[in-house]
Amino acid sequence: MYNAKYIWPGIVIFIVLFSMPFWMNTGQEQYTRPQLALPAGEKECVEPAEWMRANHMQLLNTWRDMALREEQRVYVSSSGKQWEVSLQNTCMKCHSNYVEFCDKCHVSNSVSPYCWDCHVLPKGNQ
Amino acid sequence: MKKDRRQFLKVASLSFLGVAGSAALGPVCQAAAPGEGSFTTAKNALHAKKWGMVIDTRKFAENPELYNAVTTACHSYHNVPTIVENGMPSKREVKWIWTDGYHQTFTDQVDNYPSHEIEQRRYLMLCNHCENPACVRVCPTKATFRRKDGIVVMDYHRCIGCRYCMAGCPFGARSFNFMDPRDHIAQVNPTFPTRMRGVVEKCTFCSELLAVGKMPLCVEASDGAIAFGDLTDPESSVRKLLAENFTLRRKPTLGTEPSVYYIL
Repeated sequence: MYNAKYIWPGIVIFIVLFSMPFWMNTGQEQYTRPQLALPAGEKECVEPAEWMRANHMQLLNTWRDMALREEQRVYVSSSGKQWEVSLQNTCMKCHSNYVEFCDKCHVSNSVSPYCWDCHVLPKGNQ
Repeated sequence: MKKDRRQFLKVASLSFLGVAGSAALGPVCQAAAPGEGSFTTAKNALHAKKWGMVIDTRKFAENPELYNAVTTACHSYHNVPTIVENGMPSKREVKWIWTDGYHQTFTDQVDNYPSHEIEQRRYLMLCNHCENPACVRVCPTKATFRRKDGIVVMDYHRCIGCRYCMAGCPFGARSFNFMDPRDHIAQVNPTFPTRMRGVVEKCTFCSELLAVGKMPLCVEASDGAIAFGDLTDPESSVRKLLAENFTLRRKPTLGTEPSVYYIL
């Protein structure tokens, strides 16, 4: 091999850098799911909590398009209950604690959705 | 074991029936999966083939307090910022509904000696919800679109702030958010979103209220001076007013076909 004395260290450095996320995190504390402030009065979300945890962003995108573009502003959930299609007037009415609900997961997962640039947080969150 | 032809056909036809039957019944028996709910409209929602508005400027002239009542009702509910610079309305102001003089409103009326009273009146202006909206044609992201019932609305999520629509609209009905609007809203209405810096906004004919069976806020606040209804229905309040009164539309020669009419 030509220039083996340069190539081999180069490959080693590349592999070390490339695998850095893996070996940097070994022995670190495991990710624990944040404890969320759940609404006090309400028992039932528009869809089961487990499904909402994974899919609420798709649901919100669909809700936006249906309400604004298709003029369909009532959602009939899989359980048959009817909900007004509205982030501010339906979701945030129950999930009124922004910091302890929305932000908690978003911050620990490093996502920063810009919903609240326009949508108004419930009182007591500003 | 040896199978004869007759036995084979029996088994084959039975298993075909089984598969076909379960495929046909499957969707019926299965409960809806999470997230596969359906969408509908509220029972009391107001519908029309083409929404239109008739503004009786005589009633506004008789009762000038109505101008303020109507604009305040709209702007406070929809979180429209009040932007004032040096005590004057700014060039960067945001407005959904506003007033101006006769010559600014009806620029096609070229009468050089108009009736003094009519020339002195203030005229309420808002988005005309045109049948051929220039703003919709020029929008590069389809953030502005025309609904089936004729209302021209915006999807602020998609607006990139290019302001083509502002250049396209011949009625000045659109405003750009040059700054964060939240700094200029005295009292934020928590049931309606604000906008953000860098998007265009305009009147929605209160489509969010029509969806829950309510009339637009300016109509409610106008004490009967504004009528709102279906332009395709000859029995509707707007068509009756149009049949009984002389009306004007703004800039009809441009061919955008506004849905807002003025009784002079």
